[in-house]
Amino acid sequence: MRQAYFDHIAATPLHSQALEAMLPYLKEAYGNPQSLHSAGQRAQAAVETARDEVAGLVGAEAEEVYFTASGSEANNLAIKGLAQAYQAKGRHVVVSAVEHLSVLNPVKGLERLGFTSTAVAVDRTGRVDPAELEKALRQDTVLVSVMTANGEVGTLQPVAEIAKICRARGILFHTDAVAAAGSIPLDVKALGVDALSLAGDQFYGPKGSGALFLKRGTKVLPLIEGGIQENGRRAGTENVAGIVGLGKAAAIARAEMEARASRLRPLRDRLIAELPRRVDHVVLTGHPAERLPHHASFCVEFIEGEGMLLFLDMQGVSVSSGSACTSKSLKASHVLLAMGLDHALAQGSIVFSLIDGNRDEDVDYLLEVFPPVIDRLRKMSPLYTQFLKERSS
Amino acid sequence: MIYSDKVMDHFQNPRNVGVIPDADGVGQVGNPVCGDMMTFYIKVKDGRLADVKFQTFGCGAAIAVSSMVSEMAIGKTLDEAMEITNKLVAEELGGLPKNKMHCSNLGADALHAAIENYRERQKGGGKAAAAPADEHEHEGCACPYCDAPLEESEAGYCQACRVELEECPSCGGITKKGTACLHCGAPVKK
Repeated sequence: MRQAYFDHIAATPLHSQALEAMLPYLKEAYGNPQSLHSAGQRAQAAVETARDEVAGLVGAEAEEVYFTASGSEANNLAIKGLAQAYQAKGRHVVVSAVEHLSVLNPVKGLERLGFTSTAVAVDRTGRVDPAELEKALRQDTVLVSVMTANGEVGTLQPVAEIAKICRARGILFHTDAVAAAGSIPLDVKALGVDALSLAGDQFYGPKGSGALFLKRGTKVLPLIEGGIQENGRRAGTENVAGIVGLGKAAAIARAEMEARASRLRPLRDRLIAELPRRVDHVVLTGHPAERLPHHASFCVEFIEGEGMLLFLDMQGVSVSSGSACTSKSLKASHVLLAMGLDHALAQGSIVFSLIDGNRDEDVDYLLEVFPPVIDRLRKMSPLYTQFLKERSS
Repeated sequence: MIYSDKVMDHFQNPRNVGVIPDADGVGQVGNPVCGDMMTFYIKVKDGRLADVKFQTFGCGAAIAVSSMVSEMAIGKTLDEAMEITNKLVAEELGGLPKNKMHCSNLGADALHAAIENYRERQKGGGKAAAAPADEHEHEGCACPYCDAPLEESEAGYCQACRVELEECPSCGGITKKGTACLHCGAPVKK
């Protein structure tokens, strides 16, 4: 059966060069980077090369990069670690309503410690209005966190503008760039951010690899305490192979980013243009222009996302959905609800996120198999029957 | 795959999908807020279910559950059909993932609602309208978000997914504090 993978936001394939770079550190080069002998020093040199490469991807200095085991860990470290390290200044945190759960849940954790928080609303496209965000800032605001791009709807946020507002008030600003890093150019200095999270599995690196950029001189309370790894900010023996894979993927992404984007953008635009033409009552979610180059997301009316996902999977097509039934929590996507979509529409969420290697033929195939799937599910749907009845009367 | 072969079979080839225009009873439960909504139509002949059809808005499990309920119900007397429970349906399907039990509990409820609707019509109520859509029974023992069991003592808070919970003043379902109710959409005040 034909296979077409459109689930970049879940995981990208590991780049073959990243795998090659990792292999020695899973085999003969097993030394611990903290060891003084040459086996250890070899591992340490590999970790430091990777640190340079990751720093290069986002315009940081190597010593500003701290390796973590995931994007979620980087977000947790930023939110909990920064807010607590600077709580003498104040105990109020501001986020957007569409942040990833690895930002929102640590904020809830802070609330249990006595912090307060404000979630800034977004517009119908999922964008934060910087002026609205500014209104949420208070004397005791210690940290602001707004994502660079949203994985579920692809929308890019005005991060540089928000960072500027925060800087003018002396408030720390973190951006969760997990969905964006490696796919769009990012420069921490140009953006003016104090902290930025990224993850390897979003740009053809290995799973279980992530990093937090922390501007030089920024204090952070570690999540994992122990030894002196990562300058004492993240204890535990380094995942050397994972870090090496992350570094290699970062170096490749830096070199290939524009070429990849220019290959995927036309495919994305075709999906955005064609899909609503082939199936009626389909709406684009997220911003029409300010979005990730590989990202096309929709809500299909009258049906639920998991059914679409499973039927497409039977045709060899892999996609994501933000519907309640797809999520383990059985909760409709907080992102879509924050954007003002009603529950029924949010249940019809479907996300196509392209990976490097997707071709026109894959999009052709998707456009061919998609309408019959929708037709089949709508025939089963009481909401569609109701709609047809209302339309004819 | 998270689903058993039998669930996948009923999802891919659902039995008895459709509408019976001149149904003797119609039952509708759930709403899109919960993620699932089912409508069951029944035809009754000599006290038995001569035909059952359904339509479902919901996940793979919800579709499979509806299909299985319809298959189990056809040919049964009304009293026998009222004995079909959500638990029996899940067993018949070779089990359902734990977090799907909740969203798939509607199947038997929808069938029962259709039978009750039929009985009411027989009594001379003559009502052709579907049963109210808010019959979704909430399970007080599990968090509606992550399905972790809730202890009596921590009813207001789910330890597993760290959500603050509250009883919805409109429908009585357990939902998150300070948002619209998960079950009926009514605002729940902070």
